[in-house]
Amino acid sequence: MKSKKFLVAVTGGVLGVLAILLVKLGNPANMGYCIACFLRDISGGMGFHRTDTVQYIRPEIFGLVTGAFLAAFFTKEYKAIGGSGPFARFFLAFIAMVGMLVFLGCPVRAVLRLAGGDLNAGVGILGLIVGVYIGIQFLNKGFSFGKAINQHSVNGYIFPAAAIILMILLISGVSFFFTSKSGPGSMHAPVVVSGAAGLIIGILAQRSRFCMIGGIRDFFLFRDTHLLIGFFSLLIFAFLGNITIGAFKLGFAGQPIAHTDGVWNFLGMVLTGTAATLLGGCPLRQIIAASEGNTDCAITVIGFIAGAAFAHNFGLAASPKGVPMTGQIATVIGLAVVFLIGLLGTYRSSSVVGGVSCGRNG
Amino acid sequence: MAETVDARGLLCPEPVLLTKKTIEKDLNGTVKVLVDNNAAKENVTRLAKNMGWNVDVTSQGNEYLLTLTK
Repeated sequence: MKSKKFLVAVTGGVLGVLAILLVKLGNPANMGYCIACFLRDISGGMGFHRTDTVQYIRPEIFGLVTGAFLAAFFTKEYKAIGGSGPFARFFLAFIAMVGMLVFLGCPVRAVLRLAGGDLNAGVGILGLIVGVYIGIQFLNKGFSFGKAINQHSVNGYIFPAAAIILMILLISGVSFFFTSKSGPGSMHAPVVVSGAAGLIIGILAQRSRFCMIGGIRDFFLFRDTHLLIGFFSLLIFAFLGNITIGAFKLGFAGQPIAHTDGVWNFLGMVLTGTAATLLGGCPLRQIIAASEGNTDCAITVIGFIAGAAFAHNFGLAASPKGVPMTGQIATVIGLAVVFLIGLLGTYRSSSVVGGVSCGRNG
Repeated sequence: MAETVDARGLLCPEPVLLTKKTIEKDLNGTVKVLVDNNAAKENVTRLAKNMGWNVDVTSQGNEYLLTLTK
């Protein structure tokens, strides 16, 4: 058990150091690693949205999937499962992505931003903690999407196989995806470095079960600090990295790819925290689980990508100028919908679990 | 008769939560937990040990039976 704790700390630390390295090699500032931003860029790279500053097929994500898949496969943890509320998960992920794009980052980037001195991220992390706390109230009352069941192994292979094929295409240098000429999407480390950084974190996160949401959640629920160590390890190593390269700048104003609207930084992350707690983990953890053969989590990842496309097509996403009115309205509606799903899932959970269990053999 | 928690098909934290609820109200001193993935096995084991229970794991194919005793 002690070794697992160490592995979580190592995952957070390596993630922090790689994030700084990726920024140094070209990724946008405080965005060495951001699952939400990368999925948004991929959404744009595929042409699902046409915001021409955030379009790039981020190799980190495909490396992440490849690494997690290989680690799960060789430790015999790969298993195709699914059927635990796939559409509700898609929908929650879709809404969570709106929250993340109002804040401008996933929980990983929130910590990286704080490690760079961006105090707006501190406000966001407070929101995240409140969101997780709200999500836990639903979990404690019995919220559940029901049991997943074993599926034919082909179901589980599709997600990692698609990622590996895309990874190979990217390394071979194909150019048929949309790629930003300016803005964050145009800033990136060399493909091979990004892919390798993804691969390393994929392996580590699969082995350690690293999860940003899980850290906060398990501390509240069980006073278990085992995943929370990863959270702090990420913060400390990224902070030290920023100090080393001279990128640390404390304050609210003028932070890279961030806005100073505290209310919406807070509420965007409340939305993210609540939705991700109901989903069972942060976007990074969803990608890892999807790579292990969990098709519900694969659908969750697609939900994030679809949510990013929606947020950009309809002008909900924030920019350094602030959060547009539509984004503010979407956040409030999102919070209401997530609470409703939480309440309904809690109220109906006993029958849902019973119903799905019938599909199991043994 | 030991109480059994069937946490197969559930992702964390659900197996841990169900186990916690069961061992908090258990009077017999023995709880059996059935899980089907390593993460759940590790997490339930950690919870039980933190709460002062002994854990014995037997693997049954792709599933694990955790016997928790106080």
